[in-house]
Amino acid sequence: MSQVKVPVVRNILEANERLAKANRTIFDQAGIFAVNLMSSPGAGKTSLLEKTIDGLGDRYRIAVIEGDIQSSYDAERIQRKGVQAVQINTDGACHLDGGMVLEAIEALDLDGLDLLVIENVGNLVCPAEFNLGEHHKVMILSVAEGDDKPLKYPLMFQTSSVLLVNKIDLLPYVDCDLEKIRQRAGQLNPRQQIFEVSCRGGAGLDAWYAWLETEIARVRVNRG
Amino acid sequence: MHEMAIAESLLGIVLDESGRHGITRVNRIQLQVGALAAVVPAALTFCFELISRDTIVADAVLAIEMVAVVVRCPECKERFEVDNQFYVCPRCGPIPAGLDLTSGRELTLLSIEGESGDEDESSESPCGEEYPRGQ
Ligand SMILES: Nc1nc2c(ncn2[C@@H]2O[C@H](COP(=O)(O)OP(=O)(O)OP(=O)(O)O)[C@@H](O)[C@H]2O)c(=O)[nH]1
Ligand SMILES: [Mg+2]
Ligand SMILES: [Zn+2]
Repeated sequence: MSQVKVPVVRNILEANERLAKANRTIFDQAGIFAVNLMSSPGAGKTSLLEKTIDGLGDRYRIAVIEGDIQSSYDAERIQRKGVQAVQINTDGACHLDGGMVLEAIEALDLDGLDLLVIENVGNLVCPAEFNLGEHHKVMILSVAEGDDKPLKYPLMFQTSSVLLVNKIDLLPYVDCDLEKIRQRAGQLNPRQQIFEVSCRGGAGLDAWYAWLETEIARVRVNRG
Repeated sequence: MHEMAIAESLLGIVLDESGRHGITRVNRIQLQVGALAAVVPAALTFCFELISRDTIVADAVLAIEMVAVVVRCPECKERFEVDNQFYVCPRCGPIPAGLDLTSGRELTLLSIEGESGDEDESSESPCGEEYPRGQ
């Protein structure tokens, strides 16, 4: 018996990173643009997906992976639009991880798919730490949540390529300063693209669709 | 809230490294957690204790070193600690863009201390520094 001290410098989340990489390889080889869609509960992830299917569904093949702690309510909302949707129930976990997404991919028909959106569990903290293999992280902040959110949830803002500020139709009724959101998000992530939208009326969504189309085209060139 | 997932990954790595280095009982685990990871140390410790109970890691001390968010000013290259998420360089004032994060995202296992059952194996291990028992 002896006492030992073993120095090991290892990333604690390395197992998830490996699975995320495996997912990414699948997406790249199939030429599917993959988005990890994150927000707090109720900011409008499923509403954005419904709109996006309406806006782009006739030109692109879209599929959705729905992450929820319980229920398949969101997946049913998507299926009603005639789009493939696979439900992941996280069984209590507050975020999706690479392994859960890998399982869901296996249940999807990837053939000819252009866009895969993974709706993460509603939560502004935990999902930011777990890569799923997506090409881009996209986050939604609804104006009703307040303009201080970039200060309180910096990692989510720092890791998301796109910020959709949703529910701008509610601006007259809430104390939320869009300029403050732009400024604070810009400090955390100067390369982040910001789209101000309403999934109710549809305002601002064209810029979001255009961004998606550009990215879909970029990834699609890989397709054999 | 994601502490359970982190604890599970950590236990997997600790068991793997222990096996590799012939450690039969783990006493202390040293890790670094960046402030941006939003990990509550007490919650991580609680989750880790819960899941390691029936393993050679049971009752090991989790020594968690919290790492502050440090960024480098793109203007003057000065490194400064971020306080309350306001990105203000002590020399240049508020920084509009181009932050260079130098620390704060760590989720890193640094070392494992414990008892090695087999002396040969532990002295063989390339990176294990050995010291006499009872120190
Ligand atoms: N006024 C207004 N309401 C909206 C807008 N977008 C979504 N909503 C409403 O906000 C509520 C939540 O929207 P969801 O799309 O279900 O939000 P979610 O982010 O998918 O929610 P979870 O999956 O539960 O986290 C619903 O009642 C939507 O009708 C918007 O732009 N304006
Ligand atoms: Mg939803
Ligand atoms: Zn400076």
